[in-house]
Amino acid sequence: MNEAILIFGMFLMTFSVRYLLFAVAGRVHFPEWLSTALGFVPPAVLTAIIVPAVLMPQGDLWISFSNPWLLASILAATVALVRKDLLTTIVIGMLAFMLLRFGLGL
Amino acid sequence: MNNSVTMPRRVSRSSEFVNGAKATIPLIIGAIPFGILFGTLAEPSGLSVLGALAMSLIVFAGASQFIALGLLAAGAAVPVIIATTFVVNLRHLLYAANLVPKVRHLPQHWRALMAFGLTDETFAAVSNRYLQQEDIRDAHWFYLGSFLAMYSNWVLCTALGVALGELFPDMTQWGLDFAMSVTFIGMVIPYLKSKPMWAAVIVAGAMAIATAAIPHKLGLMIAAISGIAVGLSLHMMQSKKHSTQGKTHE
Repeated sequence: MNEAILIFGMFLMTFSVRYLLFAVAGRVHFPEWLSTALGFVPPAVLTAIIVPAVLMPQGDLWISFSNPWLLASILAATVALVRKDLLTTIVIGMLAFMLLRFGLGL
Repeated sequence: MNNSVTMPRRVSRSSEFVNGAKATIPLIIGAIPFGILFGTLAEPSGLSVLGALAMSLIVFAGASQFIALGLLAAGAAVPVIIATTFVVNLRHLLYAANLVPKVRHLPQHWRALMAFGLTDETFAAVSNRYLQQEDIRDAHWFYLGSFLAMYSNWVLCTALGVALGELFPDMTQWGLDFAMSVTFIGMVIPYLKSKPMWAAVIVAGAMAIATAAIPHKLGLMIAAISGIAVGLSLHMMQSKKHSTQGKTHE
């Protein structure tokens, strides 16, 4: 059935990408520059996911103080900078978003 | 182990496991709305209840699962969705490369299990563990704790979402997708400690906007690679300056 093929195909792609380097781990040695580059991977990838989600929440670029995604994100980033605590950041960010979006109707 | 006499006393496996699960809790809380949302969106997108649960159990890759739903709803063919999964997951190749030195000593079945559980969240939690403690002999138990906490949460939230989706068909309008953004913001901020890192993040963000119209989320990869390239270049220029001029600037 189609759905079974879809799920198995997605599993194969996901698992093989995740496992490839682990499988040959003993024989892979990375040069210095590559290790440095890898340090940039998580923040770069996460930012590439966040920025369009926040600045283009409904498909078009929306840079305005009436954009609740943007406002709540700025607040969350500030909280993260000050408190350095992920859970606090998530809770305050979500509360701000809910308030702006559904409380104030932005 | 006969060299344990010379090594510092190790933390027990069970406490490594518990610590791994605990360290993942803040990330799991961010993933809860995401998992529920996936469950609620599955049926309206054209995935069966069983398909939604099987996808979370077998594929276990949040972003890919969401993109698959979007493509299913848009009527994309199965091979296109599978190919897109590959592209979206390429970032895990980079996570894996980062972890290779930490799994090298483990047997193959452990590596396979850890590879299956390699998500953004577990990568973040485990990276912290490796930064804080040098002894990695039992760190795979920490990894397992993080992975199983994340995995069971993901599957349970999918099931909960499927059930809620049946009860409240308009739940998709609640804005739960913001939980993912705010979680990622909380994860990125601590990295911002150097100019090259700031440059990498700014370039990645700007490029993500510039390439947003490129189909299949390919822009995400272009943006990330651009950011990494700029960050790496700046880092190398800085270390070159430092080595030729000495420490004339901070």
